[in-house]
Amino acid sequence: MRIPILKLNEYLLITIQVDLDDKTALQFQEDLLEKIHETGAKGVVIDLTSVDMIDSFIAKVLGDVVRMSNLMGARVVLTGIQPAVAITLIDLGIMMKNVPTALDLEQGLEKLQQELGG
Amino acid sequence: MNIQSCVEVRNEWDIVKARQSGRNIAKELGFGTVDQARITTAISELARNIYLYAGKGEVSIERTETGSKVGLKIIAADSGPGIKDIRRVMEDGFTTSGGLGAGLPGVKRLMDEFTIDSKENEGTTITAIKWLR
Repeated sequence: MRIPILKLNEYLLITIQVDLDDKTALQFQEDLLEKIHETGAKGVVIDLTSVDMIDSFIAKVLGDVVRMSNLMGARVVLTGIQPAVAITLIDLGIMMKNVPTALDLEQGLEKLQQELGG
Repeated sequence: MNIQSCVEVRNEWDIVKARQSGRNIAKELGFGTVDQARITTAISELARNIYLYAGKGEVSIERTETGSKVGLKIIAADSGPGIKDIRRVMEDGFTTSGGLGAGLPGVKRLMDEFTIDSKENEGTTITAIKWLR
């Protein structure tokens, strides 16, 4: 299973709409970095509106891909984290420190635009 | 009403299978979205522990009740190496996997009741219950 990555001007947009298994999550990590490299994208929004569960493994993969993208020079914002998911992550003890987030896709794009000074 | 399910855990796909059947049962029992997420996440962590540390095992999910309370019970059992020092694995931040799992204290916080039964070289059984509010 592959998660589609859409290009919009200098941004990449991803909406995760499947129940992520470990392999799909790791494949996505690789695909996104390749796509950043290929397109020269400056900003990435990963939208999690349809994700109803994030366990420690998926949280680690997402946190890692944000840091990996930063290393390559692209900024990533996670958007649309559901209330139940936020509660569960904190219960689990996962703080997702230093991971930029926004309420929804629109605010995520705004945040990127501000950060990238454009 | 007799709701239950048992998922064998041998690979990463089974982790997804276990948490999906957990979500279905939680929904059927009438848990709200937040508790559904807590239950599914707890199952995911326990199934991953089985896969990482024991290689294989099983996760059973069933309805349980005492007195007037109804709840969902998760039993994660394996015949793996067992846990040497249960007190240590219940400390936040303790890991032998390099941080792949949030660990058992996280799972305990997600659920209402939590017990570990483990013998070295014989295996581990973890039982966790979430009560309907």
